[in-house]
Amino acid sequence: MLMAILVMVGLAAFFGALLGYAAIKFKVEGDPITDQIDQLLPQTQCGQCSYPGCRPYAEAIAKGEIGINHCPPGGDSTIQALADLLDVEPLPLDEEAGEHSDVPLVAIIREETCIGCTLCIQACPVDAIVGAAKLMHTVIADECTGCELCLPPCPVDCIDMIPVPQSTDNWVWPEPATLGKIPIKIEVKA
Amino acid sequence: MQFDTRITSLVNDAPDISQLMKQVLYALIPAVATLLYFYGWGVLINLVLAVVFALALEGIALWVRGKPVKPFLKDFSAIVTACLFALTLPPLISWWLILVGLFFAIIVAKHLYGGIGYNPFNPAMIAYAVLIVSFPLQMSQWPGAYSVTGEWLSLSDSLSIVFGQMDADWDAITRATPLDEVRTGLITGQSYQDIVAGDHFGWLSGVAWQWTSLAYLLGGLYLIKARVISWQIPVSVLAGLAGVAALMWLVDSSIYASPLFHLFSGATMLGAFFIATDPVSASTTPFGQLVYGASIGFFIYVIRTWGVYPDSVAFAVLIMNMAVPMIDYYTQPKVFGDSGRAVHGKR
Amino acid sequence: MNTLIQKLWKMRGGVHPAFHKDDSTRQPIQHTAIPPQLIIPLQQHVGHLPDLKVAIGDTVEKGQMLASVSAVGIGAAIHAPTSGVITSIEERTIPHPSGLAGSCIVLDSDGKDDWGNQRLAPLADYRECAADELLQRIEQAGVVGLGGAVFPSEVKLASAGEGNVETLIINGAECEPYISCDDMLMRERAEEVIVGIDILMHLLKAKRCLIGVEDNKPEAIAALNSALETLGAAGNAGHGQIEADQGSNTQLSGDSSDSASLAIQTVSPIASAPRIEVVAVPTMYPSGDAKQLTRILTGIEIPKGVRSPSLGLLCHNVGTAYSIYEAVVAGKPLISRITTVTGNGIQSPQNFEALIGTPFSFLVEQAGGYTDKAERLIMGGPMMGIALPSDGLPVVKACNCILISSRDELRLNDHDPADDERLVMPCIRCGKCMQACPVKLLPQQMYWHARARDFEKVAEHNLSDCIECGACSYVCPSHIPLVDYFRFAKTEMKAQQQAAIKSSQSRERHEFHEFRKAREKAEREEKRRKQKEALQKKKAAAADGKAGEGDSKQDAIKAAMERAKAKKAALKAAAKNKQDNSDAV
Ligand code: SF4
Ligand code: SF4
Repeated sequence: MLMAILVMVGLAAFFGALLGYAAIKFKVEGDPITDQIDQLLPQTQCGQCSYPGCRPYAEAIAKGEIGINHCPPGGDSTIQALADLLDVEPLPLDEEAGEHSDVPLVAIIREETCIGCTLCIQACPVDAIVGAAKLMHTVIADECTGCELCLPPCPVDCIDMIPVPQSTDNWVWPEPATLGKIPIKIEVKA
Repeated sequence: MQFDTRITSLVNDAPDISQLMKQVLYALIPAVATLLYFYGWGVLINLVLAVVFALALEGIALWVRGKPVKPFLKDFSAIVTACLFALTLPPLISWWLILVGLFFAIIVAKHLYGGIGYNPFNPAMIAYAVLIVSFPLQMSQWPGAYSVTGEWLSLSDSLSIVFGQMDADWDAITRATPLDEVRTGLITGQSYQDIVAGDHFGWLSGVAWQWTSLAYLLGGLYLIKARVISWQIPVSVLAGLAGVAALMWLVDSSIYASPLFHLFSGATMLGAFFIATDPVSASTTPFGQLVYGASIGFFIYVIRTWGVYPDSVAFAVLIMNMAVPMIDYYTQPKVFGDSGRAVHGKR
Repeated sequence: MNTLIQKLWKMRGGVHPAFHKDDSTRQPIQHTAIPPQLIIPLQQHVGHLPDLKVAIGDTVEKGQMLASVSAVGIGAAIHAPTSGVITSIEERTIPHPSGLAGSCIVLDSDGKDDWGNQRLAPLADYRECAADELLQRIEQAGVVGLGGAVFPSEVKLASAGEGNVETLIINGAECEPYISCDDMLMRERAEEVIVGIDILMHLLKAKRCLIGVEDNKPEAIAALNSALETLGAAGNAGHGQIEADQGSNTQLSGDSSDSASLAIQTVSPIASAPRIEVVAVPTMYPSGDAKQLTRILTGIEIPKGVRSPSLGLLCHNVGTAYSIYEAVVAGKPLISRITTVTGNGIQSPQNFEALIGTPFSFLVEQAGGYTDKAERLIMGGPMMGIALPSDGLPVVKACNCILISSRDELRLNDHDPADDERLVMPCIRCGKCMQACPVKLLPQQMYWHARARDFEKVAEHNLSDCIECGACSYVCPSHIPLVDYFRFAKTEMKAQQQAAIKSSQSRERHEFHEFRKAREKAEREEKRRKQKEALQKKKAAAADGKAGEGDSKQDAIKAAMERAKAKKAALKAAAKNKQDNSDAV
């Protein structure tokens, strides 16, 4: 019995040492925490978190001023990633901030209605709308983050949010388990 | 014309899990026959009870977890667990011990971890370990082999003993296993050579045990040939055990048992070919399997020689089960065309 | 004639599915009739969408270029497979696993199959041509890799460079079950294939060529060897100089079998024949993967990220070699390919020389129609092919096989909940997949992490090296569709990568936006400050006795502000019905 205990203890010590060594050897050089948080945010720049853009929100989280659950575009996956990074409990998304949409959206301007007022251009946080005063405006779809900030200023409501169109370039092979034909649920071993 | 595109993988006519499991059962036949010959009905009663209990428990567990019962029962994995467990038990053991053991095997070790494919520990060995820790007395009451005692217990007597209707005269029928005998002999200062000169020792180990071990070896070779298991684990288990044993034996052959004795005693062969190779709880990379197997061999020797239990295969396997994720992580094979690239993506 | 014994290396892993090739090799390659309508997708190759050269309503001749290699990057040209009228250029479903649409040219054929003067000038004396000229021809003819990769051949050859490739490997392994188009091509058009190889060798200045053919195609091997003998003997005898029958071009037009009839007699003897060797490789899936075949033939494993020419190797498919022959010697662009139509859903399985753009249904009709077992349509073979929703889809350059079969014959694992036998069970880590994987991956571990969506771990297990051969799915006793998980993980990882790129671009753009706003504000303030200063100066000056001038300046400002107000009002009027309470500004 004593031997068994000794063996166990020895083994535990051995594996502990190995793990400790691995932890040191494979340690990743860390970015400043604000940068790491900023990396995880979706960069939609929508301001729904009440900060003027993702970076300020990241700074606020880093300072501990606000929780990790105020980013609607990121949704649960961003909250989970932030929780992992900061080693805190994931919280449900703050509903006051807004709703998460599963499909990525992009703004599109109904060109026949547009009056060329330039208001949306000023609102766009990433300068993804082009056009000049009194000329029709257009959204550069590739650069639009889907933040919806251009919707309220438009005096003629000619901007719509549509799902990002699917093409063979951005198509994702369906996950077999989601085909609903497999009676086995995803179980992730902790 | 429109076609259904609901296809995931296109062709598959490889043997499925149930076929693999059935092959494992076939491979056990020689050993079961040998055990029957030496130990009588008790062996068969163990097997039948274990299979019945295992299927019942598996069915209940699946039903409670809301899984499709039929296909999972049909995968034969519970039956294999039951048989392996039953073969490690002393014949004539009480029926309720079998039930308790299988409860731990099927419910705790298997289904609480997520069912087949998710159990980090070998269920049969968990059951064995639990029983031997909790009921050491009952678990070491091995009847003497028929060839030694000359007493053949009838089926009805065997059944009565198992179901507690009749008290066996344990002192009369049990014999120390060769492993026990060697250990106690060595403790009391006898030399190894004197101990194995006893009448029921054969040229490898105990008479009954050596033949049983050979039968397991035969079954195991069939499994390797049929590609149900890979050679890495059994070979490395046996090599690891024999290696340490040989070393110690060379140091002092009067106080350490010979490597052959270790290979053909107790559950070595069963463990090497049937238990350590349980794919779910074993290492999965080729090199990792060698590490895993050799470590099991090493621990079998260490625990057998310096531990207090009658056999150590279960503990050795369970210890190494714990190390599997780490072994797998550090032993990824190099991919095609890759001779110098770091495998972990971190450079 | 080749007594050299080629040492073979053993492939790692691999599987032995039922090959089913005999069904479709009983009949010779058939030329199809001309379908009434062709649907020609623009994107049939790796690279950029080609630039359209025609418009709706145009009448085109056979072989006319419909779209040319994109000006922005690599790609391949598309040609009219027959003569007719472009009736539409629109989005149509294309043969892609997503079932999404892509732009297609719809060509109504006129039945004349008239080349006009579109046939490219035959370069029968290709050995006199500079590599550039040949490359240009290959590009012009829209030749892409026909083994499945559909990578533009010209790009591949040009990037290999002249003289870097010592060993040219020609892939005739065709390891995928059911498919027999390369087999039939080698059997029937071995000489043309050899000429195509000679062109490649000339172009690359390759020292030798190994043609790898699986040993379950003895007829193909024999045909290639005898072609080598005839052509080589002609070369040794030194007779029969190039007699390119240029005049026959136009006469040949209209004949659907033109490529075959512009036969080998127009080609000079092959001096390189002794340096070409046909090697029978053991039948084992996936020996036809380029890297695997390279290893089997030469023992060299091409590491990830290393281009094979840097190791003195280059691999081309036999079909590509044939297309290069057609492009160079026959002046025919890639407007048709050999396609196997097979499976137990087809009355009479066989190979067709099909025009690009031919609807599958037309080919099926030519093959006698469907049997009652036609349950699934797969483009490509059962291991790597893709299931498609409709037989209205067209043959594309990548379409080596149309497999129409019943679910049971293929033993499709489609996870019908009623089908206990093929139910997906949990992974038992048996390692069979690992043993089958030719790339030495650990599919069981990748599967585990892919299911947990831990893509970082999946990548650490070298998912990017997976060739999606499906050997792992094939052997899995738990019927896990491993390769589908890997395809999912790959596309998902790509999408995540794109999203990450986009978000970092957004971050930059946002930063610039903020910077610009700050700068503009600073500029405005600066301006205001200057104006103020100027004003104060002027005021001070006015106080010095020049009163009145400042007033007039202020009047001017007032007027300007009024104008601005009027403008705003106009804007507001334009936004008439809007109930925006806030000021329009
Ligand atoms: S073959 Fe299937 S069950 Fe076996 S390890 Fe691979 S994925 Fe798991
Ligand atoms: S599909 Fe990928 S993981 Fe599976 S056997 Fe082929 S290369 Fe290996």
